[in-house]
Amino acid sequence: MKLTQEEQEMLDGKHGRSTRKAMEILAALGVIYGAERMVPVTSVQVAGVSYDNLGEAGLHFLVDMAEGGGQARVLTTLNPAGMDIENWQALGIDAAFAERQTQVIEAFARMGVVTTCTCTPYLAGNTPKPGEHIAWAESSAVCYANSVLGARTNREGGPSALAAALTGRTPEYGYHLDENRAPGLTFEVLGRLEQTLEFGALGKAIGKQLEATEKKPVAYIRGISQASLENMKSFCASLATYGGAALFHIEGVTPEAGQFAPPAVSCCITQADLDEAIQSMNDASSEEVDFVSLGCPHLSLNEIAHIANLLEGQQVVKEFWITTARPTKVLADQLGYTRVIEASGAKFATDTCCVVAPIQGRFKALATDSAKACYYAFAKNKFKTMFKPFDEVVLEALGGRKR
Amino acid sequence: MRLQGRKICAGRAEGEALVTSMGISFYGGVDPETGEVVERGHALEGQCIAGKVLVFPTGKGSTVGSYTLYRLKLGGMAPAAIVNAECETITAVGCIISEIPCVDHIAIDYLKTGARVIVDGEQATVESVD
Repeated sequence: MKLTQEEQEMLDGKHGRSTRKAMEILAALGVIYGAERMVPVTSVQVAGVSYDNLGEAGLHFLVDMAEGGGQARVLTTLNPAGMDIENWQALGIDAAFAERQTQVIEAFARMGVVTTCTCTPYLAGNTPKPGEHIAWAESSAVCYANSVLGARTNREGGPSALAAALTGRTPEYGYHLDENRAPGLTFEVLGRLEQTLEFGALGKAIGKQLEATEKKPVAYIRGISQASLENMKSFCASLATYGGAALFHIEGVTPEAGQFAPPAVSCCITQADLDEAIQSMNDASSEEVDFVSLGCPHLSLNEIAHIANLLEGQQVVKEFWITTARPTKVLADQLGYTRVIEASGAKFATDTCCVVAPIQGRFKALATDSAKACYYAFAKNKFKTMFKPFDEVVLEALGGRKR
Repeated sequence: MRLQGRKICAGRAEGEALVTSMGISFYGGVDPETGEVVERGHALEGQCIAGKVLVFPTGKGSTVGSYTLYRLKLGGMAPAAIVNAECETITAVGCIISEIPCVDHIAIDYLKTGARVIVDGEQATVESVD
């Protein structure tokens, strides 16, 4: 692997021991994946932020990297934490956890990281342009950045994303190269696709088919005429969760699709496939649901406005978490949505979400519109799930009463 | 016998080889406190990797496994070195953050459990000294 003089100096320790360790990580990954050189990155998203996932060893590593003088060289934001950083007590987080979580955030802050904790950095000011080389962790955001924004990133892990932040580099392999962005399998979609729920179901249906292939080709999807930002983030989260996908193209929708002809090998996704995916995430009855959450991935301002509209003048009867990024919450405060939502008894769980918060054992069943949340509710927390359209999830929190 | 491979992480270590033909998932597959392999049905189930030159084809499982190696190192229960046929991201990152010498592209069939082995990460060599 060819390194520039500056990169070699980083590897030799001339920029401090944390930068050295960061470059060692990147050089090793470059060797493993056959990269010929490093490529400068303009943006980083770091995962491994929730203390629930990091544990004591992860915290120790981050503190050590901060003490070793590591400093982010490019715009770097964080994945969701295990709690609302300002309002953790209202969410039932214990004080010992909060102390450790705060130390994690402080270690990142010392390294010059922008400590907005969100899985939708693209809604919070970390929004790369088409063709930009970036190094992102968080599987749903990786999928969104590559596919919807047209930026270029591999699926980074926590340490490799941090290494990219501290050096401003990433090894050039995988999705940074043109040849790996071409689609290999066409999906003809014949079902009805309007809501976030349906796009989540589509992600699971396509994801399962990709998982069954040996080489996990890039999907080229036809039959979708339009998709909102909210639909795309739902689809990206689901496709990354169930199919491990980092990139797809939708004909007429995503920016790089027009560069390619549809691959000859194709398969169909029918309404029956979507219905089956929806059914597969519904094993909880209304009586069993004791936890309701919207915002996986984190809610847009538009979605929060809609929730405020649905909740106005009503009282929720179940624990209801509204999860979003801090900058979006601040706007919701200013626009009066927060007041309406909190008056209903629903809670903002800013900076965190139902996937990474330490809630195992606290609830029995989750109602959500997110296919990704359903996966982790079961896999991580052993909750049953109710997978319903956005408005019906709000209704569930209200005890099923229509206004 | 001296085998030449590819450097993943620098450093030199000597120890007793612990060899398996099965992949290892550090997250969930190895107890982070004791270094014992706990994956059900694994060929090394019940064996301790602490202080050993751990030889396996490739890593698998969750990326959080890198931190499991780091936790083992902090607790003094990490392997002395790691030798792979084909190293992947989880093991490579785990070795670098934990400063565990690591070499891959080694024909691991030549290494036997119980043999004294010297791993030189910088030279990318694995030497069986018995």
